[in-house]
Amino acid sequence: MRSFGGWLHDSWEMVLRNLIHIKRTPELLLDVTLSPIMFVLLFNFVFGGAIGGIVGAQGGEEQDYINYMMAGIFVQTIAFAGIYTSVLLANDLQKGMIDRFRSLPMSQSAVLTGRTLTDLLRAMLAIAIMWIVGMLVGFRPEGGIAGNAAAIGLMLLFGFALSWVGVAAGALVRTPEALQGIIFAVVFPLTFVSSAFVPTGSMPDWLAWFADRQPMTLVMNEVRDLTLGIDIYSAELSATLWCVGILAVAFPLGLWLYNRRTTQ
Amino acid sequence: MIEAVGLHKSFGDTHALAGLDFDVAEGKILGMLGPNGAGKTTAVRVLTTLTRPDSGSATVAGIDVLRHPDRVRSQIGVAGQYAALDELLTGRENLGMIGRLYRLDAATARRRADELLERFELNDAADRTVKTYSGGMRRRLDLGAALMAQPPVVFLDEPTTGLDPKGRLAMWDLIGGLARGGTTVLMTTQYLEEADRLADDIVVIDRGRAIARGTALELKQQVAGERLEITISDSEYLGAAARVLEALGEGHAHVDTETRHASIAVSSHDGVLTRAIRELDAAGVNVDDIGFRRPTLDEVFLALTGRPAEEAESLEEVKA
Repeated sequence: MRSFGGWLHDSWEMVLRNLIHIKRTPELLLDVTLSPIMFVLLFNFVFGGAIGGIVGAQGGEEQDYINYMMAGIFVQTIAFAGIYTSVLLANDLQKGMIDRFRSLPMSQSAVLTGRTLTDLLRAMLAIAIMWIVGMLVGFRPEGGIAGNAAAIGLMLLFGFALSWVGVAAGALVRTPEALQGIIFAVVFPLTFVSSAFVPTGSMPDWLAWFADRQPMTLVMNEVRDLTLGIDIYSAELSATLWCVGILAVAFPLGLWLYNRRTTQ
Repeated sequence: MIEAVGLHKSFGDTHALAGLDFDVAEGKILGMLGPNGAGKTTAVRVLTTLTRPDSGSATVAGIDVLRHPDRVRSQIGVAGQYAALDELLTGRENLGMIGRLYRLDAATARRRADELLERFELNDAADRTVKTYSGGMRRRLDLGAALMAQPPVVFLDEPTTGLDPKGRLAMWDLIGGLARGGTTVLMTTQYLEEADRLADDIVVIDRGRAIARGTALELKQQVAGERLEITISDSEYLGAAARVLEALGEGHAHVDTETRHASIAVSSHDGVLTRAIRELDAAGVNVDDIGFRRPTLDEVFLALTGRPAEEAESLEEVKA
């Protein structure tokens, strides 16, 4: 029964299960609906006036701040949404449901692919919402259909890769509460030590050195290039490579940690 | 149908299974009896492919559990002590999902779910989320989930622990029905009464090993057996009461002046109660309470291991 068709069938079952969860507890969508809307509006209206001018001066090309920061908010939201997989998985692992799945003649990895595929759907929703809200307050993605589609594809790939990091973290860390703390302590600073809201040139050298090389900055820069139809950063290859690299490590690691945790 | 040979499993310094052997014949119910921490749950987890033993071997429905866990999974149904259900799904959705994961086609899964909801008296609650279910309803749905694919072998881990008497009786009816339908059942329990009532055979386990095996009757004979126990209103008459009891039963009567109890081992029920009351009355003894008392799990344990079940339990906890 370990056929590809069986795996697909079971993964779909798991996606359906996750979608019913979302239907019954819509709060599960707050992190991909309400919070990105808040971020777009907050950064645009609260900080936009003050830091927008500085960004324009340092970025070379004159841009409205909203056009600069959208890439940052897209990638930040998707990173959080992806890594949040860990909390949902840890929740499942604490209850008996995973034992039930493990006693069934189903594809065992489908529990995880179902989880990460659901997150892909969540990421799509987040992007759509941010896109619309952004455009309402002045975001002008002039990168054309191909450019914007490529940007969305890159963001989804990044989100999918981080979902698998979330799987590994969820299988490793015992409680959902502990994970919330870890996410806040690790992912939050990473999203800020990046080109998300200001160009890295304004940071101290040592920090800029790190910020310029970490994957979130590379993905943000590439999304920025693609959505705005400019070519300032030329990060396409390194951003994609990072995503593929993260996925190539996190996917087998997540599977292995999950199997180890559940066969105890 | 189920066979375990020399199963060992340790968690750190705790030896959950220390050479467990047992088997269950097709269509029979085996009751696995033992205190908390005796290794019952670990044994079930090994046989249901959830835990890999350190050594030993096991087969379920003729399939090697360690070599072909996937094939074993399509032959078994599992219902646990902690009902493994999705709280946010309705009863019907839970059964449907589990049926489809057993690779039943959607129509069959739906029909089977309807059947089980009807049979387990969950029709009215079928479209409510499991979150709103009582403990007894969860257990019934959990058992339903185990039966979705009509597996030939079913494992029940303490199916009635924590249920009220009404819920317990309902579960007993359902479990009894399974075996009558030809299903092989391995059931763990802490209650002798439960094993007594449902199981064809009982295996008593302690510290990860089987320490006794037999029918309920055989085990009881091995243990002290049944006692006739009375409570009288005036402790001065205990001596007279003891003489009456000794004439009816076997060996010496056990007397406790503090609680005004007297008891005696008896080998049969035939007319014992009526004779006891008549003769106690003739001897001028005023009886407050009288009845047969079956050996409890504590007494089974005391007889088999020389220490009470409670103590066995706390020993396990200290080791863990």
